[in-house]
Amino acid sequence: MNPKELAEKVTKNPKLTAGHRLCGGCAAPIIVKSILATTDDPIVAANATGCLEVATTIYPYTSWDIPWIHSAFENAPATISGVVAAYNALKKTGKMKENVKFIAFGGDGSSYDIGLQSLSGALERGHDFVYVCYNNEGYMNTGGQRSGATPYGAAATTDPAGKARPGKMEFKKDLTKIAAAHNIPYVAQASVSNLADLTMKAEKAFKVKGPAVLVVLSTCPTLWGTPPAKTIEMAKIGVESCFWPLYEIENGVYKLNYRPAKKIPMIDFMKPQRRFKHLFVPGNEHMLENVQKHVDDEWETLLKLCGEKA
Amino acid sequence: MMAEAKHKVVSLTGNYAIAEAMRQINPDVVAAYPITPQSAIVEKFSGFVNNGLVDTEMVRVESEHSAMSACVGASMAGIRTMTATCSAGLALMWEIVGVASGLRCPIVMPIANRAISAPINIHCDHSDSMGARDLGWIQIYNETAQEAYENVFLALRLAEHPKVQLPVMVCEDGFITSHCVQNVKIFDDAVMKKFIGTRKPEFALLDLKNPITVGAIELQDYYFETKRQQQEAMENVPAAYLEIGKELSKITGSDYGFFQEYKTNDADAIILTMSSATGTARSVVDKMRAKGKKVGLIKLRLFRPFPYEAVAKALEGKKIVGVLDRSMSFGAHSPLFGEIRNAVYGMKDKPALQSYVFGLGGRDLLESHVEQVFEELLAGKTNDEIKYLGLREVSQ
Repeated sequence: MNPKELAEKVTKNPKLTAGHRLCGGCAAPIIVKSILATTDDPIVAANATGCLEVATTIYPYTSWDIPWIHSAFENAPATISGVVAAYNALKKTGKMKENVKFIAFGGDGSSYDIGLQSLSGALERGHDFVYVCYNNEGYMNTGGQRSGATPYGAAATTDPAGKARPGKMEFKKDLTKIAAAHNIPYVAQASVSNLADLTMKAEKAFKVKGPAVLVVLSTCPTLWGTPPAKTIEMAKIGVESCFWPLYEIENGVYKLNYRPAKKIPMIDFMKPQRRFKHLFVPGNEHMLENVQKHVDDEWETLLKLCGEKA
Repeated sequence: MMAEAKHKVVSLTGNYAIAEAMRQINPDVVAAYPITPQSAIVEKFSGFVNNGLVDTEMVRVESEHSAMSACVGASMAGIRTMTATCSAGLALMWEIVGVASGLRCPIVMPIANRAISAPINIHCDHSDSMGARDLGWIQIYNETAQEAYENVFLALRLAEHPKVQLPVMVCEDGFITSHCVQNVKIFDDAVMKKFIGTRKPEFALLDLKNPITVGAIELQDYYFETKRQQQEAMENVPAAYLEIGKELSKITGSDYGFFQEYKTNDADAIILTMSSATGTARSVVDKMRAKGKKVGLIKLRLFRPFPYEAVAKALEGKKIVGVLDRSMSFGAHSPLFGEIRNAVYGMKDKPALQSYVFGLGGRDLLESHVEQVFEELLAGKTNDEIKYLGLREVSQ
């Protein structure tokens, strides 16, 4: 979808309306609005507990102009399974005529960690829905705790940069490939910094019959310690450094959607962020090297998977 | 005995009788996960689905947590939803059990009561559903397969009653009732279909023209009021229960009181039971009555909401009551005993009470145990301690 069309759709029918209380510079509402704009069909959303849920539905207000349901932290995929089943029951008996799209939103906490089983079950069962993980790389609704998506080296409130352990020492989980391992029709990795790419993927995700998963890098100024105005720029560096490659897996076939002309070094991604500050003090150089090597290795693997390299 | 509608008598286990009720209800969505001893409900019902005997969309979830989550989604969508579970399964779905009542989902969930781990044990006691007694669900306990079958229908109507809108657990004893074959009267499909009617939700997620937000966050300024409304819904249950029961009894000929009294009128000693233990107790009452001993029995069906007033009325003027619990509340009065004690508080002529615990982890309740209880009660032997039936005392 071209930017003009997207802007028009988001303005005309925002679906997620203004007045929510997400932080300035939060990428989540940009991601949500952009994705929702890619379908003109009626759409029903489920939301895991998290920033997006809490900040958009403080009773008696709601920012949602579409049917929306929240039940708990780890169960948005199971919840939408039930809604889809109800829809199928109504369709089957002719009590409902409309073609409805279904979507579930969760942060990395609910998607990578506590709700991974629920997501896996829903994907395996093959419900026709789109799952979107807005990945800000930490548990932000509760104040910046470590998640399975938190990158190596980052400080988190449950894994602070201490003398004995300088922040998270494990590399992040790869939810995109975990989702793909369910052999579902469509899985893609996207970023808030490239809305043309994101909306193209959302369109595909809505189009396929069966489950589709979008894992979207979602800058969090609060956790990352970056200025709200730099949200798009930070995510862009994430992509240009190959830390967060844009690719899709359509019926099992990997495709790289964007290849940076010049790979930006990882220190350019980490240096502006408060959570990596401790890596730039003398003695921690090896950690920066570990990060770069890991990103390089992953990138090489991905290039091969995408047929970009033998 | 009232006239009964057309029916056939079939030999069924409690689980199959419940599955049969589910077939007749033909719920729009069933999301369930198997667990011993409930599995046969889900298995039998899956067969109905896969053979086209029902229109139900079956969500074969990967856990009980997802079962209840999918039920919440489906129920809020505006349609009829059922599941079934017990024990560890109920424990795993705990969080969403509270969500279901908080969101006022009229879900019906049969429970084949089973002990809670640890130690792991697959047999009957009531520690699973008793542990969930404060999660805002209506709870109906059933003695027989017949009672469970009929109460699934009552539960569905009760759950969907406009003044109630709450989920219901329909409990049968694991293995004892769930797996034992009994003769069950299965009433005509058409009659039961007419009885249950259709669900008419006030709000529905799939009402596309009127988009609603379900499950918003309520903070200090609203949460309390919402919870107060839940209490009000529970307070509306007894009247609705009796009203629906009256209607159902026209079909089945059964009575649907909050409890059932047996030879209590002139009884010198009464025991209070729930579920399958009642059968054993009733047999003992008959045998002791034959010997001229004035003993009686009350079987409680509706545990949540608890019918304090009616129970108090039934116990007023009675001499002594033994309360038989099949679960414990460690460090406190056992669940049923605690409620009975509450019920008689403030009564002018209150009976002496004795707490008994029996049958944990499926330990048999023998007639000799019940007889022992009656003899103790008739001798006026009560104290403030729990008396255990059929237990070998072993120190730690």
